[in-house]
Amino acid sequence: MAPVLELRGITKQFPGVLANDNVNLTLEAGEIHALLGENGAGKTTLMNILYGLYKPTKGQILIKGKEVEIHGPTDAISQGIGMVHQHFMLVPVLSVTQNVMLGQETVKSGVFLDQRKVAGEIREIARKYGLNVDPDAYIRDLPVGVQQRVEIIKVLYRNADMLILDEPTAVLTPQEVEDLFEILHSLVEQGISVIFITHKLKEVLAVADRITVLRRGKTVGTVSPAEATEKSLAEMMVGRAVELMVHKTDADPKDAVLEVKNLLVKDDLETVKVEGVSFTLRAGEVLGVAGVQGNGQTELVESLTGMRHVESGSISILGQEIANATPRQVTELGVGHIPEDRQRDGLVLSYPVRDNMVLNTYYKKPFANGLVINETAVIEAAEARVKEYDVRTPSIYVPAATLSGGNQQKVIVAREFSRPNKLMVASQPTRGLDVGSIEYIHKRIIQQRDAGTAILLVSTELDEIRALSDRVAVMFEGRIVAIVRARQVTKEQLGLLMAGSMPDDLPPSAVVEGQA
Amino acid sequence: MSVATATAPTRTQTSAEKKRRIIFGAVFILIGTAILWFFAFNSEGGVTTTFGLNPGFASNAPKVPDLTFPTQPVLYGLGLLAMFLGGWQLAKGFKSYAVVFGVVFLLFIIAFLAWAAQGRSFNLVGMLQATLVRSTPIALGAFSGVMAERSGIINIAIEGMMLSAALASVMVASVSGSLWLGLLGGIIIGGALGLIHGVLAIQFKVDQIISGTAINILSTGTTSFIVKRFFIDPEINSALNSSKIFAPIHIPILSDIPIIGPIFFSVNIMPYLMILILVVQHVMLFHTRWGLRTIAVGEHPKAADTLGVDVFRVRYINIMLSGMIAGIGGAYFTIGRVGQFDEVMTGGRGFIGLAAMIFGKWTPVGSLGASLLFGFADSFQQKIQILIPAFPSEFLLAAPYVITMIVLAGVVGRAIAPVADGVPYEKE
Repeated sequence: MAPVLELRGITKQFPGVLANDNVNLTLEAGEIHALLGENGAGKTTLMNILYGLYKPTKGQILIKGKEVEIHGPTDAISQGIGMVHQHFMLVPVLSVTQNVMLGQETVKSGVFLDQRKVAGEIREIARKYGLNVDPDAYIRDLPVGVQQRVEIIKVLYRNADMLILDEPTAVLTPQEVEDLFEILHSLVEQGISVIFITHKLKEVLAVADRITVLRRGKTVGTVSPAEATEKSLAEMMVGRAVELMVHKTDADPKDAVLEVKNLLVKDDLETVKVEGVSFTLRAGEVLGVAGVQGNGQTELVESLTGMRHVESGSISILGQEIANATPRQVTELGVGHIPEDRQRDGLVLSYPVRDNMVLNTYYKKPFANGLVINETAVIEAAEARVKEYDVRTPSIYVPAATLSGGNQQKVIVAREFSRPNKLMVASQPTRGLDVGSIEYIHKRIIQQRDAGTAILLVSTELDEIRALSDRVAVMFEGRIVAIVRARQVTKEQLGLLMAGSMPDDLPPSAVVEGQA
Repeated sequence: MSVATATAPTRTQTSAEKKRRIIFGAVFILIGTAILWFFAFNSEGGVTTTFGLNPGFASNAPKVPDLTFPTQPVLYGLGLLAMFLGGWQLAKGFKSYAVVFGVVFLLFIIAFLAWAAQGRSFNLVGMLQATLVRSTPIALGAFSGVMAERSGIINIAIEGMMLSAALASVMVASVSGSLWLGLLGGIIIGGALGLIHGVLAIQFKVDQIISGTAINILSTGTTSFIVKRFFIDPEINSALNSSKIFAPIHIPILSDIPIIGPIFFSVNIMPYLMILILVVQHVMLFHTRWGLRTIAVGEHPKAADTLGVDVFRVRYINIMLSGMIAGIGGAYFTIGRVGQFDEVMTGGRGFIGLAAMIFGKWTPVGSLGASLLFGFADSFQQKIQILIPAFPSEFLLAAPYVITMIVLAGVVGRAIAPVADGVPYEKE
């Protein structure tokens, strides 16, 4: 039997970039085929070609052995291809039913939407594949995991037999990832074939039947998970041996750099998000802040960097009080900041890479002479930083918005690390990045630590916290549950702390501070 | 995850509610005090006020006795009632405080009218009928806005579309002698201007404020030119700029009801048309395929595109429909009211319609509510000018806008525009 889908020699040339170069891919019926590659390797481009959003420069698409041309989403849908985009294509103000039926509406008496009928069909699909969704709920009220299920239902409602998922786990909590895998298995059992685009090695090994690796627009090869390991896959992706572990020596903490006392911070809705938080961070150590998303980490970082009003308490950097200082005052003290939302707080997306590279120091020598920007100095610095930090960009003159997420992050890291810092606040520094970039950024953070910078690392990824931190402060509901020594706690113990409870088996020597 | 966020500290959220309770209570009491202070204390004992309940024009409805009451006691009653509501709001707090705010505001208006008309008679029904009539062009402007903005195109050209359509409809009607053809002419001109706005905004991705402004300037310039250049000549004027107007339609039975009949069922075709468009637009927007696609395109065009919806097509259709509705609104000014065109006779109604659309939160029904409020304020100020000639007319002319601000601050919450409103869609 012919494969469900075959891509032969797909090539896509963008101005200045060869996004896909002679890519081949075969999808068999009823398999989960992972498409693995770094950010910018051309995975999304390939799938957008398949979905008719881009026109390939060269190459053939065969569906069930027959060559087809796909000119747009409508063609793709009629060929049985369904796509769940990385950024969900859902209209928040509409209900689940309305979102599902959009573009393929069922009407009664020739005019009126028959929402009840479609809701019934959604319930039917939901039951068949184990996708628990209320058809009458509004999208804006649903958590991301459920929104993703709605996206899958949208595809199934159109009778697709091929499902493409673009980075589906990037926005999910670990529990939601588990649920998604279960759903994928039940889809495959019912005869649906799945293409699963990701850069996360663990997930690929957990869920895929076959794995095709892309690197810089080319297919590196197709392997089965049985014969692959995380390490071998990482090497295929990056094209060289990759260190998945961070090598570091014990920290040698010096003087206190950051002292936070009894901090109280509210969010935009006037809800208290940080309460009674106190800690000290010394030069030459990494303090990890662990916790489930939404337990006050965001607000803590914002208050430290001058981006949020402090209700009460004190923050001092090298003895200087900076509560309610402006971001520039904080920066001037030698504080670097890798913000959580890189596109909102880290970059001016419409500015070229060149300008983004000097956003924190553009007003100072050598980049400015009084009121005038010294373009030559800016260009030189930007070129040098792009090279040093291996930012993959066509040039330093393209807008930051055109870079992939990993390269955008590298621009921020390059900017923040290119001047001497006393304190580095790194919030989710590797979120959404591929192994190569993660390895790189981790290395840089440890280098900074060893050079004597105090590092505050906020992350929801436990692996990252454990790999980099010397001490870990665990936040729950706006408070620090405990500060523990990273080497002496297990992942499970950290998990319990993150849920707000003190594990019984935690050795007393591991706890630096804590109120059980 | 959800557990952690659900149990996050929330104690300060109630402080905002408490603040709101106290502020609204204080405002209600203040209004009550104002009624007592300005009106009750300033009225003479033993004087009566009469609210006329019969229209001042020909009507099928049987005459009903007018409402006559002693001025001062009623004013005391109104003031005390407002203060009582304020006290209740302070102490307990109303759940639907916005509605109560509306009631208190209404008490103030009634008190003002009772005071202003003391010792005399004031035609209440006449004012309410004027409200409906004056709301009509505003509401049509608002519906025109809803049509365009729900699909993601900002249409500030409604004013210009109305103005051009007003001229076009009176010219067609004058020449052809048919008011219906005149109306059609207005609709066509409105639709054509909509198409121009659409081509600029959709095809050429021009800033929509700019292209809307261009259409407004174009319309003002062209119509004023025609008036100044040609209508100056009385012969041309009577040939091209002089038509009949739509006559009032007395709906059988309904127009015979006292009070209600004269207000709602003895008007000309325009208000009926406006209500018809309201109903059709509401049903279309929320219950048909077209509506679903319109909302999706206005909120998240890319999502609609990936499902095979033609974003450009939806927007073109909607901006043209928007122009056509504005065209009907324009026709109201000439063939619906006076039968001839004057320079800039729309007087900003298109813009007020746009404001009404925003207060109405981009919904047809909400837009009508806001338009009625504007219409009320408009006819209110007109009546007051007659009742108290000494009252500075500048203040009265500002009344619609003052009322707007009060209502906007008090009753309407934050209005959220369609997310993709004004953002040109770029296909990849």
